[in-house]
Amino acid sequence: MNRDGLVAIVPAWNEAEVIGAVVGEIKRVRSDIEVVVVDDASQDDTAEVAEGHGATVLRLPFNVGIGGAVQTGFRYALEQGYARAVRLDGDGQHDASQIPRILAPIEEGVADLVIGSRFVDPGGSYRPPFARRMGIRVFARLVSLLCRQRVTDTTSGFVALDRAGIELFAAEYPHDYPEVESTLVALRSGLRLAQVQVEMRERTTGSSSITFLRSLYYIVKVTLALLVASLRRYPRLEGAGR
Amino acid sequence: MTPLRVSLVGVAASLLLILVVLELVRGRRLKERYALLWLATGVVLLVLSAWRDGLNTVAGWLGVTGYPPAVLFAVATLFVLLVLLHYSTVISKLTDENVELAQRIALLEERVRRGEPVSGSPRPPG
Repeated sequence: MNRDGLVAIVPAWNEAEVIGAVVGEIKRVRSDIEVVVVDDASQDDTAEVAEGHGATVLRLPFNVGIGGAVQTGFRYALEQGYARAVRLDGDGQHDASQIPRILAPIEEGVADLVIGSRFVDPGGSYRPPFARRMGIRVFARLVSLLCRQRVTDTTSGFVALDRAGIELFAAEYPHDYPEVESTLVALRSGLRLAQVQVEMRERTTGSSSITFLRSLYYIVKVTLALLVASLRRYPRLEGAGR
Repeated sequence: MTPLRVSLVGVAASLLLILVVLELVRGRRLKERYALLWLATGVVLLVLSAWRDGLNTVAGWLGVTGYPPAVLFAVATLFVLLVLLHYSTVISKLTDENVELAQRIALLEERVRRGEPVSGSPRPPG
């Protein structure tokens, strides 16, 4: 199968305006990459546009949320035998030209999970609004504390994985607001983490799905999930650290 | 002031509820999303049981003059109603999604049987 293959997993919901450009940009970076767009029951032409640009499209029958959508991609990568995967958002905020950089630690065999972080380098240009910056920082601290390892950005959706990471996330991935908790699960399962500074673009269309009530739910849910998950025992993955 | 024994029993019961909910989440038998209302129930009952003057104050606001601990029952009942109502909405959504899954599988199976390509399937209305 695709022992050396690379797959890009792109969750998308109502991104018809930008998904074509996102798919095209990824394909330009590496011609051997399979782009898999997971269409989370969009009401617009996201699936058709993505397919027209040469992506494999997995159509979910109804909206399952970002985590469930991304995990569909990981399961596809597992079934197809892919050795490496990158995950990018379908709204174009992740710059595909940085894929080689976040893949580098995996290709060198020094990490199983690479997070494209906005805060490795203190001079990075990403300046979110105050409340969001605090939220990102608090969760990063909490995960660092619970895992005894410094994590700078747990809310980034720009990540790369090797086979061990694909296997873990195909089996276990939170269904809503997955990024923070999945970082903790990966570390506790013994995956080796690397963090690479990336710049992210401002959204060009649509708006972030975070409103006040959702933020409140986000904070409470993720905090509960982190505390409970750190009480669980996770089997150390055999594949990790190869 | 709430009788001490009522307060102790209330505290013990709400702590038990919180612990059981947390253990269910830890064992993955309950999703965080559905645990939150139960945890809120446990915390509110815990506060009202432990804070003995407070229960009287709240009872005063509500006009319950005879037996303030009755407020505990009222609050517990209210929260159980909320949880049930929430579950009814969840079940309704699951019902719709389940029907849609069955329909998609029936349509896909028919296409597979006919040897038609199964990709690019049109989305069912809705």
